[in-house]
Amino acid sequence: MSEVDNKTIPPVISVEGLTKQFGNFKAVDDITFDVAKGEIFGFLGANGAGKTTAMKMLIGIWKPTSGEGKVAGYDIYSETEKIKRNIGYMSQRFSLYEDLTVWENIRFFGGIYGLTREELREKGSALIDRLGMGEKKGSLVASLPLGWKQKLSFSIAILHTPQIVFLDEPTGGVDPITRRQFWEMIYEAADRDITVFVTTHYMDEAEYCNRVSIMVDGRIEALDKPAQLRKDFNAESMDQVFTSLARKATRSAD
Amino acid sequence: MDSALHVNQLVMTYGKGKVTALNDISFDVERGELFGLIGPDGAGKTTLFRLLTSLLIPDSGTAHVDGFDIVKDYKEIRRRVGYMPGRFSLYQDLTIEENLNFFARVFKTTIEENYDLIRDIYVQIEPFKKRRAGKLSGGMKQKLALCCALIHKPSILFLDEPTTGVDPVSRKEFWEMLKRLKERQITILVSTPYMDEAALCDRIALMQSGKILSIASPVQTLANYEHLLYAVRADGMYRLLNDLRAAPFTERCYAFGESHHLLPAYPNLSESDVRNYLDEKNYTNLEIEQITPGIEDVFMALLEKGSEEVA
Repeated sequence: MSEVDNKTIPPVISVEGLTKQFGNFKAVDDITFDVAKGEIFGFLGANGAGKTTAMKMLIGIWKPTSGEGKVAGYDIYSETEKIKRNIGYMSQRFSLYEDLTVWENIRFFGGIYGLTREELREKGSALIDRLGMGEKKGSLVASLPLGWKQKLSFSIAILHTPQIVFLDEPTGGVDPITRRQFWEMIYEAADRDITVFVTTHYMDEAEYCNRVSIMVDGRIEALDKPAQLRKDFNAESMDQVFTSLARKATRSAD
Repeated sequence: MDSALHVNQLVMTYGKGKVTALNDISFDVERGELFGLIGPDGAGKTTLFRLLTSLLIPDSGTAHVDGFDIVKDYKEIRRRVGYMPGRFSLYQDLTIEENLNFFARVFKTTIEENYDLIRDIYVQIEPFKKRRAGKLSGGMKQKLALCCALIHKPSILFLDEPTTGVDPVSRKEFWEMLKRLKERQITILVSTPYMDEAALCDRIALMQSGKILSIASPVQTLANYEHLLYAVRADGMYRLLNDLRAAPFTERCYAFGESHHLLPAYPNLSESDVRNYLDEKNYTNLEIEQITPGIEDVFMALLEKGSEEVA
């Protein structure tokens, strides 16, 4: 784990007053936060709180309406292409091509991330070994169990050793053992100084994070270490913290 | 036959016997019981749902739903069960109201006739009844799907991972609804990947590789499992996990939120034994405490044991 409190290292994500407005609707309403290098940062909120919109601005897909921000050292207005080259992204909805084999997916995404042929061979083989998927190299991704797909998808998202990896609900619908294996991979990535920015609906998973933020109606209503949040809200679990904040939401979840 | 569900030696294979989805499953569910199914992906939960709702025919074995045979009496069964499949399966381009009317009419009833049963749930989505189902949020889709599964007043509800991908607040509301349905004597069979939800069931069956490993109430499940367990945390959680796994006294160690859970190989391992071992490795903010295993610890242990036996 990196020294989260060490102020001498510049943050790897830094946003101030970030806002995204659609007509009169403020999907993201003036959010400000920093994420340190090597940190595991949990980005929580109910369905419709504005998490996805915020994430899309951070990864350079949408331009903010107002506010400032730097991701991986690059400006979120003018240097979005550089941002994309320095991050990895994995979502539950879209991650791998089901009708390509394991190896074809590695080659495809490695190519997109700009790896050379040698790097691809080297890093791709290391990835296969680490996951113990040697025998499955030529299998279609569609034929893999959900847990394997998620692990493969995460490994591919960090194949190019990005500064930050963004994970959008990476562990939906898997059993406790597989979920743990996944979080061990996240620990390992953070140990290699890859910053992890993760959204999840599992409140027990929030406890794995160094710090978590909780969004309600487009704003960040809480941001701290899980233990501190539990203390501040006089709660036994992150689930209680989340519930007491999210019940205040006035926005309908759509 | 008095139980709501009676399953006897059910076997189901796919691909001409190559893949065994269910391997000799037997169990009973009482009337009005809230019965949970948990287990990893591929354990056979969805196959079981499809057999019990008469959408598949078993290779061998029998099952009775509400006293009716799932093969011979399939028409009767379809009148009596409500089924909410894992994937959202309503008509995306029909509105909330149209979907509900459609399902009511298929079952030769009306929304009005059984409104009493769905009222608590329907009032939450009624303000949006002219909206197409495809445009609803996850939580609202799930409420609509439950209404559609209830509109013909089934005696048994089959819910296949109804809360996957739904935020914690909507999940709580959903389980409050299930509790109210249970009070009306509706039997509910529900699968879930969330251990906190499993703890809310009357009884839970743990499935793995087509078999049932255990069936017990949450309280029983915890009582049957007596194992010394430590929670350990410090700065540098990844290094800590590796060090603990390498320790001579460790049976198993796994990440568990802000702490790692350590299962000692010896029943008399003390806290100071763990501390002495870690002291040499220079950890800061090291904390060790003995804890009582939770339901997730127990199921992890059972699943690990189960996969060792399969291997």
